[in-house]
Amino acid sequence: MKIAVCVKQVPDSWAEKKMSGGLLDRAGVDAVLNDLDEYAVEEALRLVEKHSPTGEAGEGSGHTVTIISMGPDRATEAIRKALSMGADDAILISDPALAGSDALATSLVLSKIIVREKFDLVLCGTESTDARMSVVPAMLAERLNLAQLTFAGSLEVDVATSKISVARTTDAGIENMEATLPAVVSVIEKINEPRYPSFKGIMASKKKSIATPSLSDLGVNPQSVGIGSAWSTVNDAKERAARAAGIKVVDEGNGGKVFADFLAEKRMI
Amino acid sequence: MSQVFILVDHTHGKVAHPVGELATFARRIGDVSALVLGGDLAVLTTQLSDLGISEIISISGINFDKYSAGASAQAIAQLVTDRSPAALLITSTARGKEIAARVAVRTNSGIITDAIDIDAALVATQSIFGGSTTVHSKVGHGTPIITLRSNSVEIESSATTPTLTEVKVVESDFDASRLGDKVVSVTEAISGGRPELTEASIIVSGGRGTNGDFAPVEALADVLGAAVGASRAATDAGWYPHSHQVGQTGKTVSPSLYVACGISGAIQHRAGMQTSKVIVAINKDPDAPIFDLADLGIVGDLFAVLPQATAEIQLKKA
Repeated sequence: MKIAVCVKQVPDSWAEKKMSGGLLDRAGVDAVLNDLDEYAVEEALRLVEKHSPTGEAGEGSGHTVTIISMGPDRATEAIRKALSMGADDAILISDPALAGSDALATSLVLSKIIVREKFDLVLCGTESTDARMSVVPAMLAERLNLAQLTFAGSLEVDVATSKISVARTTDAGIENMEATLPAVVSVIEKINEPRYPSFKGIMASKKKSIATPSLSDLGVNPQSVGIGSAWSTVNDAKERAARAAGIKVVDEGNGGKVFADFLAEKRMI
Repeated sequence: MSQVFILVDHTHGKVAHPVGELATFARRIGDVSALVLGGDLAVLTTQLSDLGISEIISISGINFDKYSAGASAQAIAQLVTDRSPAALLITSTARGKEIAARVAVRTNSGIITDAIDIDAALVATQSIFGGSTTVHSKVGHGTPIITLRSNSVEIESSATTPTLTEVKVVESDFDASRLGDKVVSVTEAISGGRPELTEASIIVSGGRGTNGDFAPVEALADVLGAAVGASRAATDAGWYPHSHQVGQTGKTVSPSLYVACGISGAIQHRAGMQTSKVIVAINKDPDAPIFDLADLGIVGDLFAVLPQATAEIQLKKA
């Protein structure tokens, strides 16, 4: 199996985020591997370990895990983290023309890599913690004409028959879906507990290859991506005044009554 | 006047509440055409009659629930291409956003997700970074595809103007099996008769402070007619289903009243609820960050405060 894991470098979710010129200001904040993508990396590694004759990922497993990403050059830091967890190699598309790309452009570029490399399984997190649109997995499935199995809380692959089945967590409950590989899958954070990179993993990651094909290598017209060609534009962005704290009382045996009176006063009951 | 498509979300013959919000937004822009995919058309049409919808377009021939968002997207994209509406509005559910994403790709259109408002000129308002920043943006390519968060607007019903003049049924000739994915079985979540989290106007949430006992949280929710939410700490511990998680990696909610019980208010949780209109927090720790955004903060034991509040509210309602 050739597995791709799509990852994104994002501002640390603990950091305060601001807008600048209609875009997220990425310069002033710490950048990390999107938390939610770690679950996809972990699931890819577990899948390989399960189907590997040695029980381990990497060489000799008969399967590969490739990290793919689009972003600035410094996105290699986030990619190294995924490599240090145990992924085999990575592909980063980094081009100044891509700055300010929207989800449509991102899915276009990622889809070109996936087609070129002929991956059997594409794993994603459910969303990036910065833009939070949660649309790239669905866009990839549409562009690649592949089965879409999103919000998977568990995942099984039968390597012999190429059958994949997932249990999806939806608003309605648990939905069991099936498909034949290749497929696009997004995983929720309940699916596993991502491993911490070991010292050995961190050392090994430094020797792993990060390929950096250009947009023209992928047959993407630089005019069709980036902020200039984004199909939605930001008119303005304003920081909202921070929410002020209201009344704070210490419960002295009447806290519940205070609460009920407050709701009555607000005409909420 | 231009035509605006709205997608009618429905389950078990019931039109989802936020469809009324979509219709309210759409009427600002033009004549509303409601797209109904599958379901019992007669039953659904009755529920759509007082929303000021001019036309219903029903697509039959496929059981859309049996496939990923791809099947719905194919059917909708065809209609968008044929009729070039001024916009397509969809509710911001997980599936709604996937359908929007795929229609955007199929029709070469721009997309804006999680808007909380839209005006007649199709300028959408989004509240991002956990509500700290308000953004106005506009789609400039193709058919604007906008997903809107529920609880964003007061539903204006309109039985008379305009009247529903047409109910059209389109038979889809699309072979959904070509999608390659299919649903084989569904285990429905037990809602206990409570409203859906993202649609509820009141939410009572429990966190680490419940110690796994959600009974007082549920009792308060029931007397308020509220949905029950949970922090990530509570769902990670297995105390409450993941589908009820509020926060960065769960649902983003914006109810009229949010009651946080035994939730410290980590940034990840706040990102999912801080645009709620009124926030009440109950926590033993007087320094819990949740108090920084609470309109009413009660420093105390939720196991004492909640039952008393529940009883008091019952009394006031009687």
